[in-house]
Amino acid sequence: MTADRSLAGWAAGGFMLLVVILGPLVVLGKFQSLEFTYVWAFAISIVGLNLLTGYCGQISLGNSAFMAVGGYCTALLATKLGWSPLATIPVAAALSTIGGILLGIPALKLRGLYLGLATFALALCVPSVIRHFDTLTGGSQGIFISGAGKDPFGLVAAGQLTAEQWLYYLSLLLLVLFFLFSRALLRSDVGRAFRSIRDGETVAVAYGVNLTYYKTLAFAISALFAGVAGSLDAMATSYVGPDSFDVTIALALLVGAAVGGLGTQAGPIVGALFTVWAPFYAQQVYKGRPDIVFGVLLIVIMYVMPQGAVGGFYRLMGYRRRLRDRVLAAPAAAPIGRAAAPAEEDP
Amino acid sequence: MALLELDNVTASYGSVEVLHGVSLAVDEGSVVAMLGANGAGKSTTLRAISGMVKVSGGIRFGGRSIAGLAPEDVARKRIAHVPEGRGMLAQLTVIENLQMGACLRRDGDGVKHDLERVFGYFPWMPQRAAQTAGLLSGGEQQMLAIARALMMRPRLLLLDEPSLGLAPTVVRSIFEIIGRINREEGVTILLVEQNARIALRAAARAYVLEVGEIAVSGSGRDLARNESVRRSYLGY
Amino acid sequence: MATDLLLTVSIQGVVQQVVFGLATGGLYASLALALVLIYRAMETLNFAQGEMATFTTFIAWSLLTYLRLPYWLVFPVTVALAVVGGVLVERVIIRPVERAPVITLVLVTIGLFAIFNGLSGLIWGYVVRPFPSPLPTSPVQVGGVGLSYQDLGLIGVSTAVLVLIWLFFARTRIGLMMRSAALYPQTSRLLGVRVGWMLALGWGLAAGVGAVSGMLVAPITVLDPNMMQSVLLYAFTAAVLGGIDSPVGAVVGGLVVGVLLALVGTYIPHAEDLRLAFGFIVILAVLVFKPGGLFGHVHVERV
Repeated sequence: MTADRSLAGWAAGGFMLLVVILGPLVVLGKFQSLEFTYVWAFAISIVGLNLLTGYCGQISLGNSAFMAVGGYCTALLATKLGWSPLATIPVAAALSTIGGILLGIPALKLRGLYLGLATFALALCVPSVIRHFDTLTGGSQGIFISGAGKDPFGLVAAGQLTAEQWLYYLSLLLLVLFFLFSRALLRSDVGRAFRSIRDGETVAVAYGVNLTYYKTLAFAISALFAGVAGSLDAMATSYVGPDSFDVTIALALLVGAAVGGLGTQAGPIVGALFTVWAPFYAQQVYKGRPDIVFGVLLIVIMYVMPQGAVGGFYRLMGYRRRLRDRVLAAPAAAPIGRAAAPAEEDP
Repeated sequence: MALLELDNVTASYGSVEVLHGVSLAVDEGSVVAMLGANGAGKSTTLRAISGMVKVSGGIRFGGRSIAGLAPEDVARKRIAHVPEGRGMLAQLTVIENLQMGACLRRDGDGVKHDLERVFGYFPWMPQRAAQTAGLLSGGEQQMLAIARALMMRPRLLLLDEPSLGLAPTVVRSIFEIIGRINREEGVTILLVEQNARIALRAAARAYVLEVGEIAVSGSGRDLARNESVRRSYLGY
Repeated sequence: MATDLLLTVSIQGVVQQVVFGLATGGLYASLALALVLIYRAMETLNFAQGEMATFTTFIAWSLLTYLRLPYWLVFPVTVALAVVGGVLVERVIIRPVERAPVITLVLVTIGLFAIFNGLSGLIWGYVVRPFPSPLPTSPVQVGGVGLSYQDLGLIGVSTAVLVLIWLFFARTRIGLMMRSAALYPQTSRLLGVRVGWMLALGWGLAAGVGAVSGMLVAPITVLDPNMMQSVLLYAFTAAVLGGIDSPVGAVVGGLVVGVLLALVGTYIPHAEDLRLAFGFIVILAVLVFKPGGLFGHVHVERV
């Protein structure tokens, strides 16, 4: 029985892999390739957020700030210093990691609701800060990145690949790398430490887990992922502006993570697909913004399937093993914030 | 006629059954005591009546079934439950606690009148009206809890361990007041107590619970005189 | 350079900015009060408070523009509609997750944020509109300080709202029942209080106060779906600074934030755009160093 299941699983996975790899060469047009680039980039960011929130239990609504750091880093290095876009990625990663550590330090003392509040405030103030430092960032005008789709190997210039295809494969490759990294991390002691922090900090401390180290690490890593994602986003759009990484993005990240399934590994991919494609459906139905769809779906998922789509799927298929990583389970298991019913009626 | 009847009531906390078929009756205008050791299920019985735990079996008040009603609806039947630990609204003042007792009532004059009567039972209250309830002594809190219940003008008063944590003199005065309330207001009282001696003096009828079942029942006087009952069940 | 600064700073000017800051502070205090109301009722923050206020302000705009109702009628009608709306939102959307863990509630209110923002955009579009002010913006000299009638109106209405809310909770029976229900739900049920409906009423009141805040903000800035986002941030700052479970703290915090922002905006050169970041820093600093704020109590976290 199990053998059959995994055989079918492998076959399905292999087929999807083939589709994904050959897609832009065979089937997808320019526009669709670019859309999938967004999906892969966003997925990287959500994987990072998932590590921080889904596995380490720290609610962060502010990862859009680190995407902004990455995006602007790429834009500035590429336009003002003429760097090849690919080369900007490590710098973007480094800077956003530093940002993550800087946030992580005060965040150590914050939990649950208050951490969510502080990071939400961060997300809200990003556009205005960008506008303020206008000599550097170009203010409200933003920065146009010419040659964002050029690869350092000259393939695009030589016409062997279109820019869209290059960006598609670059993002996909990075997503795969980051995904494997995340997977390895979660299997290691770090992953265990993260989960123990999520499931109960006091207990984690009792078991000798160094909260400061691991929490800061979680913030740093998720910021790193977000920075790279922002960098790729900037390349795909060929533009960054103060509103490129506003609170809508922060919301979309969170929705994507929750819809896909916090605390699952495949969740972020599903969530990213949803987050990027849902606006198009929303356009057709509402000719409006995707916010309503996002909001409704977020709420519905919280009612019905707090584990998100992937988590719900696992539950359906009876994969008990994966469900150990439930974050949003019934109050009895709630690790984040108000764990017990509030104390009351104490005379 | 019995004002309150319990008919083979079972109650559970989650999957653990705590009451295994309790039946009792409380006549109108009487004081009935429920005695027994810790964990026997006395408080649970009161909670079953006021709707705080899930029950099966029959609970009838004034002839009508109240089993399965939510606590706020049971209160509307004028059943006042003073819970274990007194349930002080600690951050509110003394007068606010009393006002909360009357929060369902629409008869302003009646409320004023009852407030006067309550101050009659507890003459220290008017001066301390603005004091935060949490700062009162244990005995004062117990009195306030009873006073608050009286503000509901209840037909049935459920008292959960009124003597808990109180000095003997204070306990005596509280039971004096309980007796007065019963005689002067005609309030039917079902009280749960560990202090069997003083409870039996106040109660016309008593039930002894042991591990979720009624072990013995009888008139207060008979049980108090029965040495073997006292030793086996009541600890004195 | 220093002399330049000295020349631009005069006592008169500072007082002017302080008074102006108090006026805008009243705005933040109102929305902060709405946040505190819901926090006291269920220990969670309604991230959608600002967007709900925007939505009701748009409704007010429609009443003014399409039905051509007079302002003095539209104001209370909008507040009443907001109260009903708040009750509905709690009963329909929040009730199923009333006892859920924090992250679920946060995500649900964020979902509400998205929904209300989207609805505002969907129904009224993203065209920026002016919102009429019932009071003229012509200046008035009060003790050597220049104010407009509008500023006075702002101070007046904010104060009135705050006083009314205080009276409601301190002096009415329902206010007492709501306080009791929030602090001691189980005992309150034994006294006959329908705790769930008290919670819904809390949401209704918060929505009503938010509606007032929205209608005060709209004439000052422009009416668009994102109007309240910065106000929300400052309201969070005010609530955190004052103590997130303290209504007095919300008021004091709001006034302090208003004054500080006015002073920062005027006297620190080119700092306009940094004010939101300033709010963020204050939130972070208070939560890290003195989580209870000025008047609040620290929540003891039980893990």
